Amino acid sequence: MVSESAAVLAKAEYKSEVKPTWCPGCGDFGVLRAVYEAFDQLGYQTKDIVLVSGIGCSSRIPYFVSSYGFHGVHGRVLPLATGIKVANPDLHVVAMGGDGDAFSIGAGHLPHAMRRNPDLTYIVMDNNIYGLTKGQTSPTSHFQFKTKSTPFGNLEDPLNPMAMAIVCGATFVAKGFSGKAKELTELFLKAIAHKGFSFVDVISPCPTFNRVDTFKYFAEKVQPVPEGHDPSNKMKALELAYNTDVHHLGVYYQAERPPLNQRLAQARQHVETDRQTVLEELLVRFG
Amino acid sequence: MSKVHDIVIRIGGESGEGVISTGELLTLAAARAGLWVHTFRTYPAEIKGGHAVFQLRVSDQPLYSHGDNLNALLAFNQEGYDMHHQDLRPDGTVVFDTEQVDESTVKESRKFPLPLSRIAKEEIKMPLAKNMVALGALARLFSIPEDYTHKLCREKFAKKGDAVIQKNLEALTAGKKYIEENFTDLEQFRIQVAPSELRLVLSGNEAIGMGALVAGCTHYFGYPITPASDIMEFLAIELPKVGGIMMQVEDEIAALAMAVGASYSGKKCMTATSGPGLSLMTELLGLAGMAEVPVVVADIQRAGPSTGMPTKTEQGDLNLAAFGAHGESPRIVISPMSVEDCFYQTVNAFNLAERYQVPVLLLSDQALATRTECIPKPDLKKVKVFDRVVHRDGAENNNYLRYQYTEDGVSPMALPGTSGGAYVATGLEHSEGGRPRYDPVTHQKMTDKRFRKLASAVADFPRVDVLGDADAELGIVGWGSTLGAIREATERARAKGIRIASFYPRVLYPLPDGYLLDQLKDVKRLIVPEINSQGQFANLLEQRYRGELIRYNIYGGLPFRPGEILKKIEEVA
Repeated sequence: MVSESAAVLAKAEYKSEVKPTWCPGCGDFGVLRAVYEAFDQLGYQTKDIVLVSGIGCSSRIPYFVSSYGFHGVHGRVLPLATGIKVANPDLHVVAMGGDGDAFSIGAGHLPHAMRRNPDLTYIVMDNNIYGLTKGQTSPTSHFQFKTKSTPFGNLEDPLNPMAMAIVCGATFVAKGFSGKAKELTELFLKAIAHKGFSFVDVISPCPTFNRVDTFKYFAEKVQPVPEGHDPSNKMKALELAYNTDVHHLGVYYQAERPPLNQRLAQARQHVETDRQTVLEELLVRFG
Repeated sequence: MSKVHDIVIRIGGESGEGVISTGELLTLAAARAGLWVHTFRTYPAEIKGGHAVFQLRVSDQPLYSHGDNLNALLAFNQEGYDMHHQDLRPDGTVVFDTEQVDESTVKESRKFPLPLSRIAKEEIKMPLAKNMVALGALARLFSIPEDYTHKLCREKFAKKGDAVIQKNLEALTAGKKYIEENFTDLEQFRIQVAPSELRLVLSGNEAIGMGALVAGCTHYFGYPITPASDIMEFLAIELPKVGGIMMQVEDEIAALAMAVGASYSGKKCMTATSGPGLSLMTELLGLAGMAEVPVVVADIQRAGPSTGMPTKTEQGDLNLAAFGAHGESPRIVISPMSVEDCFYQTVNAFNLAERYQVPVLLLSDQALATRTECIPKPDLKKVKVFDRVVHRDGAENNNYLRYQYTEDGVSPMALPGTSGGAYVATGLEHSEGGRPRYDPVTHQKMTDKRFRKLASAVADFPRVDVLGDADAELGIVGWGSTLGAIREATERARAKGIRIASFYPRVLYPLPDGYLLDQLKDVKRLIVPEINSQGQFANLLEQRYRGELIRYNIYGGLPFRPGEILKKIEEVA
């Protein structure tokens, strides 16, 4: 449980001086609060955290946190975050961004990050719409959803991010809702603690450009992952992912697999020596 | 004393039949025996089938190009004869496989039928050993002691076991024996040399890989592409040994993004690609420039747009390297001019990237990447390596400003994990503290700060090589792999009494006055040979060079020959 006063203290340590640029009522505020609280409960020092993001409303988030951050280019948050993590495994790397960044322009990186399994957390703030560019369809927009770029209704079916993550080999797959702060914080704690690639798809409604997928709409559609769900069962996890009647919140799937850095370290442990020796060997080889 | 100092031999035949492997082994044997070597190769993009060519030039003196006409041609098949015999010198010798080439088509008076296929099949009972028969024969032709070929043979087949080694040694001996018993004038191919401990023999791409290791590179991320992949493959073996990482990733965008991420974490990073891959990387080059993250990107140019001719050479990516960008973002473009220079300019690329926190592009090309040269062994203790300026651990509230305005434009970089250094690296225009800021004053001041780094970097630019008559009114300027041909042509022109100076800048962009243009101020007419159709470097020079520019462009996918450039010099002198 996070008390009011603890939340205030958390803000003091992890909150930066930059005020969020989001519209009033944006779902991303709830995500940001849960991030502050998760860091607070984990007790991480700001110097050891790197928040990495792409482009979009939600991708502004690194400025609002007092840790290290990298606000990169559209769609490349996962390779950027992977590079940061493999170069310094001691850092706590959290990648964040929106559904356009993750599932449209950045979709090509998702399966590879998931099968590669770097020890980092990817939080997607999913609002089924492009907000920063002022209201165009997204890869998670519903069929027939009307936007500025789909004036006669969306002709395409949406992606299923949860199913995709499970199938692509993510070792932690969870769904959260920005309207459920306490549960979201707990999900983030589990995701960050997970050793490997953890993916959290967060329903984070956009009150400005999406009048369909609202807090009110989701409040009626969300319910916890069924009691007794076994997160090690991939097929059961997929059943949850394909349930379109309700949005289950919680951990769908979790597996143990050595993270990328561990495999990289293992692969080199038998060959590692010092640079001088390597160069001297090369001078002989090319001599 | 031998009378011969310089020999060019070409091997032509079906790709996959051993043309390239024969050439490579002969090159190594010659180099280890003490000859200076310089090679050129071209092969089809397909793995097997099509025509492959390997050219080797050997000398008792350092070599700068793969030479002009041939002293000898080894034709593995009819096509190998038909395509190349016109490049023989009048006194050149044709050596041909008796089973593959119709002797009645061979016009040259100096011809030597060599039953490669027959010896391999009938004597060795292993048709695949044809290339080792050829190697044994050619090594004898050049008077290379057989110890060298035998050692190479043992190295090459070490994993295949003694029986295979033995068969191939027999093939080498059979080839050698055939030459000794049948070739009459061995003196014409004998160059007297002694082995030297003071040289290395390696390719342009290997030299880049080695330069990266010397510069302190630990992290490489890449995506396979011809003709850059051997850098990745080389570093895949070597980087783990120094505690580093080579990762093959999903595409070139991810490769540069990971390199930028790992560099942000404090590591020296690089990627290498060819033109199509560099196109994909251009957005991230903008980010690296804006967020001020050091990174080295090698572009091993190949011919043509799109897939073009992946195994042929061209200098077609200068525009992309210098200007392939959105907005205005600082970068440095360096081009190495030889295998030795590939080594030193890779070190320079890292030094400039780290010191000025900018992306540095290293422009090589297919011909340079795949050619083998002897280079003087570098004294690694004398190679200067620079690291970036970092913000050290400090108090939590010491008001660290990541993008602080400074005189030279360089601001200390805090590496994640450093207390008191937390900041957001960003592609948005930002304040000194790294916060988004779009006001006109900030954007102008920050743009100036980023470009001030380039102005400061000029002091560390590698020198412009100048050869010939410094006060000549006729000049020649080239870039990248064409140096050798230009250098030889310049020397030959001067020997004929033509006054000419050649200029060789390594940094192609930015091209500030003090670096190159001041040196050209007395040159009235300037020849600019380039392996491209548009004269991309000439276009850069034209903006400020006031003399007469004489463009000389070839773009057939092949490198310049010294004779071609000499002809151009004589034409305009």
